[in-house]
Amino acid sequence: MSYFEVKNLVKKFGGLTAVNDVSFSIEKGKIFGLIGPNGSGKTTIFNCINHYYPLSGGKIYFKEKRIDKLPTYEICKLGIGRTFQIVKPLRRMTTLENVMSGAFLKTSNITKAKDKALEVLDFCDLFRHRHFPAKGLTIANKKRLEIARALATEPELLLLDEVAAGLNPKETETAMEIIQKIRSSGITILIVEHVMKVMMGISDRIMVINFGKEIARGTPQEIVNNQEVIKAYLGESYAQGK
Amino acid sequence: MSLFWQTLICGLLLGGMYALIAIGMTLIMGVMKIINLAHGALVMVGMYVTYVCFHYWGIDPYAALFISMPALFFLGCLIQKYSINTLIGKESILPENQVLLTVGIMLVLTETMRMIFGSDYKSVHTSYTGSSFFVGDVSVSIPMAIGFVIAMVFTYALHIFLTKSDIGRSIRATAQDKEAAILMGVNANKITIITFGLGSALAAGGGTLLIPIYYLFPDIGHAFVAKSFIITILGGMGSTMGALFGGLTLGIAESFGATYISMGLKDVVGFVIFIIVLLFLPGGFKSLTKR
Amino acid sequence: MLKKFWFLSIIIIIAIILPFIVQSSYYQHIFILILIWGTLGVAWNLLGGYTGQVSFGHAAFFGLGAYGAGLLAFHLHISPWWGMIVGPVAAVIISIPIGLICFRLRGPYFALAMLAVGEICRLIFTEWVPFTNGAMGILTLTTFSSKLPYYYIGLVVLLLSIYTVYRLMASRAGYYFVSIREDQDTAESLGIPTTKYKMYSLIPSAFFSGLAGAFYMNYMNYIEPSIVFSLPDVSIMIIMVVILGGVATLWGPVVGAIIYVVLSELFRSSLGSAHLLVFGVIVCLVIMYMPNGVMGEANKIKKLFRRKGTHIGSEMT
Repeated sequence: MSYFEVKNLVKKFGGLTAVNDVSFSIEKGKIFGLIGPNGSGKTTIFNCINHYYPLSGGKIYFKEKRIDKLPTYEICKLGIGRTFQIVKPLRRMTTLENVMSGAFLKTSNITKAKDKALEVLDFCDLFRHRHFPAKGLTIANKKRLEIARALATEPELLLLDEVAAGLNPKETETAMEIIQKIRSSGITILIVEHVMKVMMGISDRIMVINFGKEIARGTPQEIVNNQEVIKAYLGESYAQGK
Repeated sequence: MSLFWQTLICGLLLGGMYALIAIGMTLIMGVMKIINLAHGALVMVGMYVTYVCFHYWGIDPYAALFISMPALFFLGCLIQKYSINTLIGKESILPENQVLLTVGIMLVLTETMRMIFGSDYKSVHTSYTGSSFFVGDVSVSIPMAIGFVIAMVFTYALHIFLTKSDIGRSIRATAQDKEAAILMGVNANKITIITFGLGSALAAGGGTLLIPIYYLFPDIGHAFVAKSFIITILGGMGSTMGALFGGLTLGIAESFGATYISMGLKDVVGFVIFIIVLLFLPGGFKSLTKR
Repeated sequence: MLKKFWFLSIIIIIAIILPFIVQSSYYQHIFILILIWGTLGVAWNLLGGYTGQVSFGHAAFFGLGAYGAGLLAFHLHISPWWGMIVGPVAAVIISIPIGLICFRLRGPYFALAMLAVGEICRLIFTEWVPFTNGAMGILTLTTFSSKLPYYYIGLVVLLLSIYTVYRLMASRAGYYFVSIREDQDTAESLGIPTTKYKMYSLIPSAFFSGLAGAFYMNYMNYIEPSIVFSLPDVSIMIIMVVILGGVATLWGPVVGAIIYVVLSELFRSSLGSAHLLVFGVIVCLVIMYMPNGVMGEANKIKKLFRRKGTHIGSEMT
C-alpha cells in the first residue's frame, strides 16, 4: 500500500456531487499536484482529507491507517498539515503566536514552542514580521503564515491549497522556493494550484480533475499534451483545432 | 376530551400572537444576521404605548395598534440608525458585538419604562376582557380570538409586502446575500434601518394584541425574547412562514405543558424543545421538509 | 516585568489594608460586592473573553454554587461554609454535560443555548419546592457580625480566580483558548481538540462562578431562585461588567466590577432604580465607542506611547 492513498472518494452536497469517485496515491517524499478548472472539486478533496467535511463515500489511508473517520485534529496529530485557500489567520494574535499555536502540537513547553516557531518563521521568511498582529499582514505574508503555521505542527504530509493564488510574480517566486525547501526537508506535499507555472515547475506527478472526476494523470509533460486537459481548460474547439 | 380541545384551541390562538412577535425577530435576524436581544423589550415598550393610549386617552387597544406600531417603527429605525449601524466595521474581540449592544439597549428600554411607570403590574381592562363564546363545549376567549385573527391578517399583509413591493424585495435580497444585493444597487444601510423598524413594529403589534391577556410590567420583555428565540429557531432563521409555524407549535406546546404537566414548568417545555431543535435540526423544521 | 511585580504588590497591599482605612461597614459591604462581581467577571471572561464562547447563562453556575451552600444548611443543618467546597464542585459537575451538549453549537447559537440552560435551572429551582424550598428561598444565620472576615475570604477567592486565569493563559492552554476564539476551523486544523479545550475553559469558569455563588450565599444569608438564577441581573450583568472593564484582559473584569458596583450604589441612594438605566446607557456607549472596554483600550493607548510591539500580544495577558 502507498504512503498516502485516497480510494473512491465521493462527496455530495445535497443533490450536487462535488467529488465523484476520485482515487489517487502519493509516494513518500514526492510532490503531487492537483489541478482543474474553478469549481472542479479540488478544495473539496482537501476538506475531505482533513475531515473538515464528512465523506459521502470512499476511504482514505495514511501510513496504512484508515483516517477518513477521524476528527480533524486527530488527522493533524497523525502528521497531515494543511493550509487554507482563503487564508484563515488567527487575526488578533501576532504572527509568532499564530505559529506557536501550531508548534504546541509537539510540545507543551512555552520556550520550546517559541523556539520552534521562530525557526519556522525564519524558514518562511516571516521572521521580521513576528511581532505584528496577523490581521495586518499582506496577502503574500498571510499565505506564507498559513504554510508556517502548518509546518510548525511538524507534518509528514503537507496539503497546500493555492498558496500562490493572487500573488505577483516576485512573490510567487518566493513561494515556490519555500515549497522546494519544504520538499528537500523530506516532507511529502499534495498541492492544489491555479498558477500553472508553479505546478509544472515543482510537481512530480499531476492529476487533473473536472466536474469532480479525474480526467488525466501523469508527469507534467504528459499533462500539458493531454487532449482531455486542453479541452477542459480551453474548450472543445481549441482542442480539435490543435 | 373537551379539556384536550380547550388546550389545543387556547395554544393555537396564543401561538398566532407569539408568531407575530417572532416574525419581527426573524426578519431582523435574517437581514442583519444578528440576534436581537432587545426584541422582548420592544414588545414591552409597545405594550406600554397601548396602555397609555387606553388608560389616559381611552383608546381601545385594537385601535391603539395604529399608534403603537408606527411609534415603535420609528423607535426601531432610530435604534438601528444611531446605535447598531455605527458598529459595522468596528473591530472588537467578541464577534457578537452587535448582539451585546442589543442587550444594552434592552437594559436601557426596560429601565426607562421602570422609571416612568414603576415596577408594579398594570393591566388593560376592557368590556370584553373576560368574555368568551362557545364552540361546542369549548370556550374561546374573545380577546384571544380577535388577537389571533388580527395577527394572521398582519402576517399575510407582511407576506404580500415582502413578495410584491420593491422595499420588500430589497429586504429579501439583503437577507439572502448582502454583498450581492449591494452590487445590485440596494441601499443596504437603509434596508437594515427599515427592517429593524418593521421588526419593532411587529413586536409592538404582538404586544398590543396580548395586552388584554397579560399583565404588564417592565420585565415582561424577558419572557417574550425567550419565546421569540424558540420560535425563530423552530421555524428557521429568516423565514416568515417558519416563524408562523414555530409560533403555533410553541403556543400549543406551552398550552399542553401547562395543562398536563404544571403551570410553572410550561416554560421548561419550550426551552427543552429549543435546545433539542438547536442541536438536531439547526435549520429548524424547514430542514425536515427539504430532506 | 519588575514594574509589573511592584504594581501588583502595591495593589494587593492596598487591598489588604483597605478595610482598616475605610471602617464604615457600608463601604465594606460595597467592597465585598465588588469582590463577588469581580470573581464572577473573571470566571466569565475565561470562557467568554479568552475562549470566545459567549455564555448568556452563567447564572446557572452562580446559582448552583449558591444553592450548593444553601441546601446543605437547609437539609443537613450543617454550616453553609462547607458549601464553599460543595457549591463549586456541584457547578463543575453540572457544567460537564452542559458543555458537552452546548459546545456542539457555535457563536450566537451557543450563547442562546446557554441562555436556555440558565432559565431551565431557574425554573427547576423555583418549581422543585420539596428540595429547594421554591420561591420562598433559603435563609441561614449570619456567621460573623463583622464584615472583615467576609472581606478577606472574598479577596482570597478573587485573587485565586485571577491567579488561575493568569496561569492558564500563560500556558499552552491559553494559546489554544485564544486560537479557538479567533478561528475554530484553523484551530482544529492545527491539531487542537477544540471541544476538549472549550471544556478546559468552561470547568474553571464554572468552578469560580460556583465559588462566587457559595460565598454570596454565606455573605447574604438569603437566596431565592429569582435572585441567583436571574437572567437580567446575573447572566447578562456579568457580560456587561466584563465588557465595560475589558474583554479578554486579566484585570478588566475587576475594573468593570468596581465601576458597576460603585455606580449602582451611587445612584441607588440618589436616583432610586435609575442606576440600571445609567449603567445601561454607559454600557451602550462603551460598546459603541470603546469596543474593547476600559482595560482593552488602555492597552491601546499605552501602546501609542511605547510605539513598540509588545511581546505576547496585548490580548493574551
